[in-house]
Amino acid sequence: MALALLVFAATVMPLSDPALEARAQHIEREIRCVVCENEPISQSTADIATDMRNRVRERLTAGDSDSEVRAYFRERFGAFVVMRPEISPMTWALWAAPAVLLVGGAFAVISLRRGREEGPFEPEEADR
Amino acid sequence: MEGAKLMIAETGAFLAILAAVLSLAQGVLGLGGGNKPSFSAAAAACAQLSLGLLALSFLALVSLFLTSDFSVAVVANNSHTLKPLIYKIAGTWGNHEGSMLLWCLISALFGALLATLRGGLSQGLWSRAVGVQGLVTLGALVYTLGLSSPFARLDPAPFQGGDLNPLLQDPALAIHPPLLYLGYVGLSVPFSLALAALMEGEANAAWAKALRPWTLVAWASLTVGIALGSYWAYYELGWGGWWFWDPVENASFMPWLAACALLHSAIVTERRGSLASWTILLAIIGFALALLGTFLVRSGALTSVHAFAVDPARGTAVLVLFSLAVGAGLSLYAWRAPTLMRPAGFAAVSRESFLVLNNLGLAIAAGTVLIGTLYPLLIEALTGQLISVGPPFFDITFAPLMAVVLLALPVAPLLAWRRGDVRTALRLLWPAGLAAGAAFGLGLLLVGGGFWTGLGLAVAVWAMLGAFAYVYKRWGQGGPRTARRLATLPLAAWAMALAHFGVGVFTLGAVAETSFRTESAARLQPGETTTFAGRTVKLVDIVEVEGPNYYATRVRLEVTQGGRTVAAAPERRFYPAADRPTTEVAILNSLTGDFYIALGESSTSESGALSYTLRLYQHPMVHLIFFGALLMALGGGLGLAALARQRSRERVAAAAAAVPLAGAVPAE
Repeated sequence: MALALLVFAATVMPLSDPALEARAQHIEREIRCVVCENEPISQSTADIATDMRNRVRERLTAGDSDSEVRAYFRERFGAFVVMRPEISPMTWALWAAPAVLLVGGAFAVISLRRGREEGPFEPEEADR
Repeated sequence: MEGAKLMIAETGAFLAILAAVLSLAQGVLGLGGGNKPSFSAAAAACAQLSLGLLALSFLALVSLFLTSDFSVAVVANNSHTLKPLIYKIAGTWGNHEGSMLLWCLISALFGALLATLRGGLSQGLWSRAVGVQGLVTLGALVYTLGLSSPFARLDPAPFQGGDLNPLLQDPALAIHPPLLYLGYVGLSVPFSLALAALMEGEANAAWAKALRPWTLVAWASLTVGIALGSYWAYYELGWGGWWFWDPVENASFMPWLAACALLHSAIVTERRGSLASWTILLAIIGFALALLGTFLVRSGALTSVHAFAVDPARGTAVLVLFSLAVGAGLSLYAWRAPTLMRPAGFAAVSRESFLVLNNLGLAIAAGTVLIGTLYPLLIEALTGQLISVGPPFFDITFAPLMAVVLLALPVAPLLAWRRGDVRTALRLLWPAGLAAGAAFGLGLLLVGGGFWTGLGLAVAVWAMLGAFAYVYKRWGQGGPRTARRLATLPLAAWAMALAHFGVGVFTLGAVAETSFRTESAARLQPGETTTFAGRTVKLVDIVEVEGPNYYATRVRLEVTQGGRTVAAAPERRFYPAADRPTTEVAILNSLTGDFYIALGESSTSESGALSYTLRLYQHPMVHLIFFGALLMALGGGLGLAALARQRSRERVAAAAAAVPLAGAVPAE
């Protein structure tokens, strides 16, 4: 009997507002279940995941923004549970990496091309 | 009989040791045979012999699994007498030790193939490549035999084995590791050829041409291997997704990106002679990423740098081998590559420049995935803090890069080498552009996606239709567009069209699935129904069933749509030998997508009625993802056939040129 009640407590009720529900589902896909390996709480069947999902819904209903909900989880469960790395001094290098690679790559291509023979280049028949 | 059986493991280990000795000989003879054909011939013979020995050694391991010989540790830890035959065989590589032996076997296979199929390579290049390949096999064998021997005995032998992880007892996952290894290890051949080119100071057209088939084999195998892994994750994990940017997935995706870039840069080097040093660098990086993938997956470093410490010997050894291979490759590159610079200029708009753009995009993507995968490890090592770099990071950075690559994709083949004209290229692409615009509008207005969804759909359609523009152009060259002339177009043109079309199909599936996927959950008792995505799902009853090595709870459902009812039966299984549960989802396929049902937890109400939670997903166009990947691989296979045909034609032409008088050829 007690077990049945426990199971009943551990369920996630969809929010009545569809927009809020969509946001909840989106956030839940990006929060890691703390007892599972590499599984978001949206998919986990663990009790703690259900509990965490209910907290997402509580925070959203209370009017939190998505990033406020993520901050809430970072504070209580550690930065590890949030799969979207927050932009902070610790992750500047991470977020800047693609742009740095792009600029570096483009620079390398341009400078290498400049070192080559001068045009004009006559087109060569493409196909054989 | 019993005595002979007892010796199988020892024989297997002995054969592998012999193969290691031969691989060393192959390495020394091959590297020393730059201008001594007799050395090279001996190295080639060593390569073929070591393949034979390793094949026998591997068969010995397979037979130990088939006979459930639990006196061998890997068999005892990963097999079970009741396991179905196919999983006994697949169990051979479903564990660390056995999979490492498979790695060695495939490396020897490529060594022997390289030794046998010289292609148009010069004596020096060929010999040294065979030599490097021998050292690669040697390194893998030393690691396998020294630190993770699959032939180690267990005393006393248990009566029953610990079973293969039930999640891995699946047809797709039975062939996933061999395909992935074919890809990883396949990249060792371009690596060997790159090192040979650096040693010889020669990276000519024949070298680049010889590089291409090996790269194609590796790339196509990786494509199918990754797609199978993704498909498995989709239906077996029951999470309703197909790609999670999980570090293990990333580890296989990075070599794929590098191989894809290499495929394209090798074409430029073959046809125009430029980019030779970049092609060499990519070949080294591709194999480095393949080794890194093996290291990350095998060392346990992925879950945490602390997990790495659980088995430091293995992790360190793989790291040492990785540093040796990559260090040697990059040092040689730094030393010798400047001599290989062969400037062959091209204009800012040319086929070369568009292929450079392709390479830039793919290389930056690979670099981004690498940084995203390793960043949490770096932060943990430096600060002790745990952070996650998950799907949002990769989605944000990866998608725009790929969009640019896809935009350039149909244009590149329509441009001439050296100097192209975008306007003439676009003249052939207007139907694709029109359709892409329509897809954009459709995505935005009709199906209610956002701007990015519309853009993704447009880019996918652009790539799909644009893929055939080159075929169309070739069709019209030098004659009217007749069916006969279409059929006689070069195989290579069709290969490229098919692979590029596959990229578009994949993108369409990926964008549609990601943007329009819907999900719902409901708890049902027998007799109750729920409605989702236009279907009514009724829980009929709950039955207990027994499989060959598991017990299952099967929930029988009836799914009704538009008056048509079909049965579906998701399961939760329990494997007592492994003491692990798994879920089996029910998938109803249709042309527009999958209706996907996973079984959640059960509960008993206060009145004692049993109910089950069902997770329902509608995955629109999800099959296009896997179908697209398959098309890419088929394109790769066709490309391989085209290269083989071209090679045999060249050989015939060379023979004809060598013998000017046909009558002088003796009959047989």
